[in-house]
Amino acid sequence: MDLTFASISEIADAVKNKSVSAKEVAQHFQTRIETLDRKLNSFTSINPNSLSDAAEIDARIAKGEDVGPMAGVPFGIKEMLCTKGIRTTAGSKILENFIPPYDATVVARLKKAGVVVLGKLNQDEFAMGSSNETSFHGSVKNPWNLECVPGGSSGGSAAAQAARLVAGTIGTDTGGSIRQPASFCGIVGVKPTYGRVSRYGIIAYASSLDQAGPMVSSVKDAALTLEVISGFDENDSTTTQKQVPAWSKSLKSDIKGLKIGIKKENMAGSLHPDVQKTVEKSIETLKQMGAEIVEVSVPLTEMAVPVYYLVAASEASSNLARYDGVKYGYRADFKNLSAIELDEFYGKTRGEGFGAEVKRRIMLGTYCLSSGYYDAYYNKAGQVRRLITNQYLEAFKKCDVILSPVTTAPAFKLGERIDDPLEMYLNDIFTTSTNLAGLPGMSVPFGLSQDGLPIGIQLTACHFEEQKMLDVAFALESASSVKGKHPHVV
Amino acid sequence: MIDKKTIEHIAKLARLHVSDQEAEEYSTQLAKALGHFEQISKINTAGLEPLITPTEIEAYWREDEVKQSFTAEDMTANAPSRAGNLFKVPPVV
Repeated sequence: MDLTFASISEIADAVKNKSVSAKEVAQHFQTRIETLDRKLNSFTSINPNSLSDAAEIDARIAKGEDVGPMAGVPFGIKEMLCTKGIRTTAGSKILENFIPPYDATVVARLKKAGVVVLGKLNQDEFAMGSSNETSFHGSVKNPWNLECVPGGSSGGSAAAQAARLVAGTIGTDTGGSIRQPASFCGIVGVKPTYGRVSRYGIIAYASSLDQAGPMVSSVKDAALTLEVISGFDENDSTTTQKQVPAWSKSLKSDIKGLKIGIKKENMAGSLHPDVQKTVEKSIETLKQMGAEIVEVSVPLTEMAVPVYYLVAASEASSNLARYDGVKYGYRADFKNLSAIELDEFYGKTRGEGFGAEVKRRIMLGTYCLSSGYYDAYYNKAGQVRRLITNQYLEAFKKCDVILSPVTTAPAFKLGERIDDPLEMYLNDIFTTSTNLAGLPGMSVPFGLSQDGLPIGIQLTACHFEEQKMLDVAFALESASSVKGKHPHVV
Repeated sequence: MIDKKTIEHIAKLARLHVSDQEAEEYSTQLAKALGHFEQISKINTAGLEPLITPTEIEAYWREDEVKQSFTAEDMTANAPSRAGNLFKVPPVV
């Protein structure tokens, strides 16, 4: 078996039947990280104990224990998720030395299923960015073209997975941060329904939008990983008590009679011709497979970016108030002062600890929540958010899954958009409405641009209908032009 | 433009030091972003409850019991400055 390109269940089966040890698997991928990641900068910390963690899995197997469906499968975890004993910085100087005393529920569940954590993955600072250029640890490069961004904010996860430095990764998605980098790097990324996956131990950005999900190499791997990390958690009151379906076992590519909704509004914008062609081809493919194509309308999609940024920045300004230089994280140097103003202590620490984009969003959010502006911005955004959600619920009366582009264009060049925050925000036109409405969404690789960059297709389903979305993705995957192709870095 | 005084006021509310250069940047960047975002004011939302949590929160009961938690050592291990199990801060009075 070629470990580099093996699926999650292939690795787990091989480890369980002892044709390869978990330790050998961890060693194989660790060597890949050491040799290839110098070009990509996708890892920010390496788990110093990964080999002994893997050896422990082997020991348990030797004793005849059931080690779970992901026995010995090496994963990389986005820096937003706390990992006990492994540095977790959220891509920020303010958490530069933070070592969590506990695992996020997602991480704990992966470990319980047999996963070996190899390290932490780079991201935009506090997940605020669409290019991975706002990270304190520096930009990540797209393995398909090192001059391009991998997307963001889960850019490290997407790049590491595309280059097969691990067998699976976890990302988080607040406004597209799983789906957009997955599209840019040619991997499968799933943002589950809000409440499907616990947020306990995930560094909070915008709590009513954040969800963690798999960023992996195939739809089947995504379904299996999602199954492992989903489900009620008493430490997150917004998780649903609904049972977790056996998505990976129910996965089927027979989509005859399924109704695929195409938003009228999709094509209105100026899509890159390669994206346009890929979307058209995906629709044609599904039609040939027996799906019914129906037109739907979510007219307020065009308001998704303003509503998203108003809501997300407001929640962020509140969530990030906890970084005060007292209990953990960066503290400005005050050695020479005998008595200082408390506000001075906070202000200096935060001013030095946060990067430019994070400060910009804290300012924006504080402004929107401040006296005199609350009704016009935060409250109004919440009302429009309800309208957008209602329009989606209407659309899902006519179809099972909505198909759309993930982004207007394939991966852009490093440095190309970083100087204009508003232009960067407008990148998120196709992804943010899914988070606002709490719907499950995913990107599945389907086409390649003329320059050889991957292009994903976005699929969105109604609340808790992940199965339908995964089935359509499974069908599209079988006809994908990206299938079997790998970035040159690999 | 959002004037410098407003930026200073917001920065104070956010407990965030911003340099003069940052203040200048934010005043144009925030004004530009908010100018774009203001288009939502045209949408009729009369009588609508704002949507805060996008899926229904299912309330549940649990036993009120003591559980294994973190030790004081765990909780203070990341402190920038500490004295035993206490967080140490500069004198503020």
